[in-house]
Amino acid sequence: MGYPHPSHPRETPILSKYFGDAEARTLEGWRARGGYEALQKALFTDPQELQTIVKDSGLRGRGGAGFPTGMKWSFMKPDGKTHYLCCNADESEPGTFKDREIMRWTPHGLVEGVALAAHAIYAQTAYIYIRGEFTEPYARVTAAVEEAYAAGILGANAMGSGKQVDVHVHRGAGAYICGEETALMNSLEGRRGNPRIKPPFPAVAGLFGKPTTINNVETLTTVPYIIKNGAEWYKQFGRPDNPKSIGTKLFSVCGNITRPGNYEVALGFPFKDFLYDLCGGPLPGREIKAVIPGGSSVPILTREEAEGAIMDYEGMVAAGTMLGSGGAIVFDDRQCMVRQIARLTRFYAHESCAQCSQCREGTAWITRIMERIRDGEGTAEDLDTLVSIADGMSGKTICVLSDSCATPVMSGLKKFRHEFEAKIAANPAMVTVPGALRASAA
Amino acid sequence: MSHGPSASGGALVAAPPHGHHHDEPHEPVFVGEARTQLDTILSRYPTKQAALLPALWMLQDARGWVSDKGIEEIAALLAITPAYIKGVVSFYTMYHQHPVGRHFIQVCTTTPCNVCGAEDVVKSFLEHTGCGDLGLTSADGRFTVIEVECLGACGFATPVMINNDFIESVTPESVPRILAELK
Repeated sequence: MGYPHPSHPRETPILSKYFGDAEARTLEGWRARGGYEALQKALFTDPQELQTIVKDSGLRGRGGAGFPTGMKWSFMKPDGKTHYLCCNADESEPGTFKDREIMRWTPHGLVEGVALAAHAIYAQTAYIYIRGEFTEPYARVTAAVEEAYAAGILGANAMGSGKQVDVHVHRGAGAYICGEETALMNSLEGRRGNPRIKPPFPAVAGLFGKPTTINNVETLTTVPYIIKNGAEWYKQFGRPDNPKSIGTKLFSVCGNITRPGNYEVALGFPFKDFLYDLCGGPLPGREIKAVIPGGSSVPILTREEAEGAIMDYEGMVAAGTMLGSGGAIVFDDRQCMVRQIARLTRFYAHESCAQCSQCREGTAWITRIMERIRDGEGTAEDLDTLVSIADGMSGKTICVLSDSCATPVMSGLKKFRHEFEAKIAANPAMVTVPGALRASAA
Repeated sequence: MSHGPSASGGALVAAPPHGHHHDEPHEPVFVGEARTQLDTILSRYPTKQAALLPALWMLQDARGWVSDKGIEEIAALLAITPAYIKGVVSFYTMYHQHPVGRHFIQVCTTTPCNVCGAEDVVKSFLEHTGCGDLGLTSADGRFTVIEVECLGACGFATPVMINNDFIESVTPESVPRILAELK
């Protein structure tokens, strides 16, 4: 079943199989669909073995960074210390809305994955940090957690295993930066969501100073399927010639496209087929002009570049961008890229936590210049200034929000420089009046 | 009080519609059932401070905004200073630092919605609520309209949040019907 559109024959619906199926939301409905069988099995399995299965499956983090999940888990040793699992459900990347649908339609799938991962990393307590704006997903996941406690799936003797597994839902309050893992931990601890300097990494000193693993909603929801069906089963999804990108991935598509929504395909899918076949291509009479393929913080692709791209971690890098969170924003030929990039930098200026001066000052400065150019008041020097500011922002701050703001400006200038120049050329202050130079020289 | 019409003769009220800080009721929020609920929340964390965001949500649900008296109450319960709590409150955009309209309308205008015409949805809300401008509250205290950064429902442009309710695929034309359904 698809959502909001019927599933396309070329999709591989594993996580999205029950999107739009209201019965799958309840414990009874989830169990009828094979839910909690993986957790039952896992709670009686040694955590080390679970870590190995996930490592062998090739699963990589679906939140954006693509770090191998099994390897992340293997940092958590049976050292007798208190460990925490944290589920990052602070989905706030513009263009990305997949975790929202996972939580709305299969909340028990997430709870199962969270409980399973908690056991696998030797943690008794897990927190699901959901962004404040996601009121319905929050209600769905909270209801699923309550049902799971009432049924003995969670709690002191989870599924009769003798293990303590607690899962708590924590609501954010409106701050994009809290999706950054160390900012998320600060927020959960009741602080401002300022990212922390690494090291120490969360696996060493994370939530409440204890070893912590942080995984994305999509990653954690995938794990029960791997435990249930095995690593080899999961490896069938992907490009045979690229063993680094295994499995299926949920892609969100929005902007100027016929069928916006969420689609699940095996990694390695051709982006051109994805845009034109699954998503229905541009709106009638229009042409795709540009795509930001992985959430707003990855480099922009021109139509030609997008049409040649392969949808996996390596394929997107080869196309000059990144897979990121898998949220594609499509721009058609009506869009002014200067205007849209300016809107993006305004987003980052608003969401900067203001801890690092390069980000605090840079995001605001870039936005002022971008809006000036957008409004036809830019000057030729502005373009050089943008490059210089962006240079000063990239790779020089505690987290990558600053880089995320610089990226669309840099890639926009590289690929759509003519649009910037046209805006500046239209500035009356920049137009040379014929004869004026000769007159002043005389 | 600044409830009356603005100097320009319009129906705009820039100041809080529910009165000033000193008008705030003195009854504590965290008593009875609410106190029990807070204690349950506290039991989930190894530190008291971790209950700060949940406690602020409880306060806002009870009072409509994060009031000074409420902050003092939370400060005493969680053993944090009010100044620290204010620093946290101001970091997050969803906590109201002053009273807002009964229907708090957040229209997403970030890039994906912007390319789909979100700015016209904002204009339509401003026009039909009589709020005049972003962040102002209508004279009858019913509406406040703001632009919000990415609501995370980009495929359903334009998503609008009214209090805790999410409405997807809002168009300028659908705004009057949406407003008519609000009490």
